[in-house]
Amino acid sequence: MSAVLEARRLGKAFRSYRSELQRFATWLGWPVRAESEYWALRDLDITIDAGESVAFVGQNGAGKSTFLKLIAGTLKPTEGTFALRGRVAAILELGLGFNPEFTGRQNATHAAGLMGHSAQHIAAAMDGIEAFAEIGEYFDQPVRTYSSGMQVRVAFAVVTAFRPDVLIVDEALSVGDAYFQHKSFERIRQFQREGTSLLIVSHDRAAIQALCSRAILLEAGRVIRDGDPSDVMDYYNALIAEREADTVRERRHESGRSQVISGTREAEVEDIALHDADGQPREHFNVGEPVELRIDIVVKTALPRLVLGYMIKDRLGQPVYGTNTHHTRQELTEVAPGKLRFNIRFPLSLGPGSYSVSTALVSTDTHLVNNYEWRELALVFSVGNEDKPPFVGTAWIPPQIEIAAR
Amino acid sequence: MKQLLVAAWRYRNFIVSSIRADFRARFGRSKLGATWMVLQPLAQASIFAFVLSEILSAKLPGIDSRFAYPTYLLAGTLAWTLFADLLGRCINVFVDNANLLKKIAFPRIALPAIAVGVAITNAMLLFVATSIVLLFIGHPPTWEFLWLIPVAGLIVAFAVGLGLLLGVLNVFVRDVGQVMSVMLQLWFWLTPVVYMPTILSPSRAHILALNPMSAAVGSFQQVVLYGQRPHLSTLLPLALASVILLPLGYVLFQRAAPEMVDEL
Repeated sequence: MSAVLEARRLGKAFRSYRSELQRFATWLGWPVRAESEYWALRDLDITIDAGESVAFVGQNGAGKSTFLKLIAGTLKPTEGTFALRGRVAAILELGLGFNPEFTGRQNATHAAGLMGHSAQHIAAAMDGIEAFAEIGEYFDQPVRTYSSGMQVRVAFAVVTAFRPDVLIVDEALSVGDAYFQHKSFERIRQFQREGTSLLIVSHDRAAIQALCSRAILLEAGRVIRDGDPSDVMDYYNALIAEREADTVRERRHESGRSQVISGTREAEVEDIALHDADGQPREHFNVGEPVELRIDIVVKTALPRLVLGYMIKDRLGQPVYGTNTHHTRQELTEVAPGKLRFNIRFPLSLGPGSYSVSTALVSTDTHLVNNYEWRELALVFSVGNEDKPPFVGTAWIPPQIEIAAR
Repeated sequence: MKQLLVAAWRYRNFIVSSIRADFRARFGRSKLGATWMVLQPLAQASIFAFVLSEILSAKLPGIDSRFAYPTYLLAGTLAWTLFADLLGRCINVFVDNANLLKKIAFPRIALPAIAVGVAITNAMLLFVATSIVLLFIGHPPTWEFLWLIPVAGLIVAFAVGLGLLLGVLNVFVRDVGQVMSVMLQLWFWLTPVVYMPTILSPSRAHILALNPMSAAVGSFQQVVLYGQRPHLSTLLPLALASVILLPLGYVLFQRAAPEMVDEL
């Protein structure tokens, strides 16, 4: 396979000078040192093969967008080189440069011209753009009468009217309504099948795994992981979790006990992990996979009664499933100090997405009587749909569909 | 340089549609639409001609007509408007299009090209309106008017050279735009558009000689009012300034381009 993009020691610095006069002097060849220099990217060596789809992940400020802007050509590299083969199209911001007084058709012509297409080319593609946008007679109305969704439809239709060799998408995948999202996804997949390389920046694990065969994790302007999307995302999530734990610890220093972990602490969760069927702790699981939630607790003083509760919440904090050992009639009485382990096995009948587990150690079925420990976000894990037919929602309810003539 | 022109040619479609967009945005939702493109300059020229001929019917040397001064004013305004309009556009062209520059890759030269296109179209509309008014006041355009084309070309070259230079600097030091809007007003009064250079005392008159624009304005007046070809030697400073500023602006634009988007 031939490389469609080869970046060698690519770097981008944002410089500021004590006075702008010094900057002007550098253009004339005067060797003035910048007062401060911020390297958004440094020493990047990345080769991307034709037809390969790569996701760039990392925290804000890691340099993902800077890299894509360099490739798209809006920013110029400070050092290093990159070679691109083929035509590049970038979806950095949809609907940019649209004039509200113009009709959708006029704006489409204008925007396609901005991408460098010739008049004949654009005229030939116009029917396709109109059909893809699906906004009916609004296409010939001024854009100021559009809803934001309609504007996005036209913009996306224009950018993807011509198949590029490299398509750059910066967090713009979740545009418009669900129907149009689906449609735009399908168009991107179609491009991939026809050989387009896709470079995306996204935080959406499901989108990354659906579209990309490779992920690159950037941190402080450098590549720190490059490989299979699911491995890279696991590493990334662990990195974030570590960082979040740090902040929690900091918060605890300041205010004694934070809201995140509350209670009298006579019993505490020492360790919590979600294990797969092989007993390995993991952070990412497949839909429907059998798992085991392992919770290790420490009992510090003798307790008359002990109930463990747990709750699985979705990304938005909505409860998905929760129960406790009181409801399962497994409450413990006259507990001596020591260590206990709870093994909770269940099939992971959840839809794709990110979930958290909260735990509660109490004396009855509510935490209001004797609350030993209440722990929010004790564990974060994600679920991806790797082998099931596509579906939406947080629940995995496998259907059996029978179709018969009648 | 060649690369730049090729890029601009490749984007001609976009440049033309952007020029059209500029006008449509200005007149788009008005009832008379495109008619305003002519009506507006026509109104301006008519007011100059008919109001001023009543108030200021000063005779100019060698012309025996009460429309002499308005004609003089129309000619000078034509030249000055082309210059000021184009210079102002070039100074703000990168700052005003910051969003586009940051998000879409296209040859940056397209932006000044659009500014030139819009300014020239504006000037041509004003020229048409001026010609109509001249016809009415019994001063019809002559073949000598063709001399306006090369002089206008010099004005464009000068304005683009200076504008590109200041436009690039304006990205990094925004005060440039502010200072220039004041400077342009001062510059207007240092150019004999509304007054005759002869009213100045000889000691002050050579200030005008230092101003390249006074020769350009003077040439327009010479052609329109007296129907004579311009004194080419007076245009030498303007030509020289263009020859220096245009490459300078171009080089600065080239050198600054990589850092420009970082600062927008």
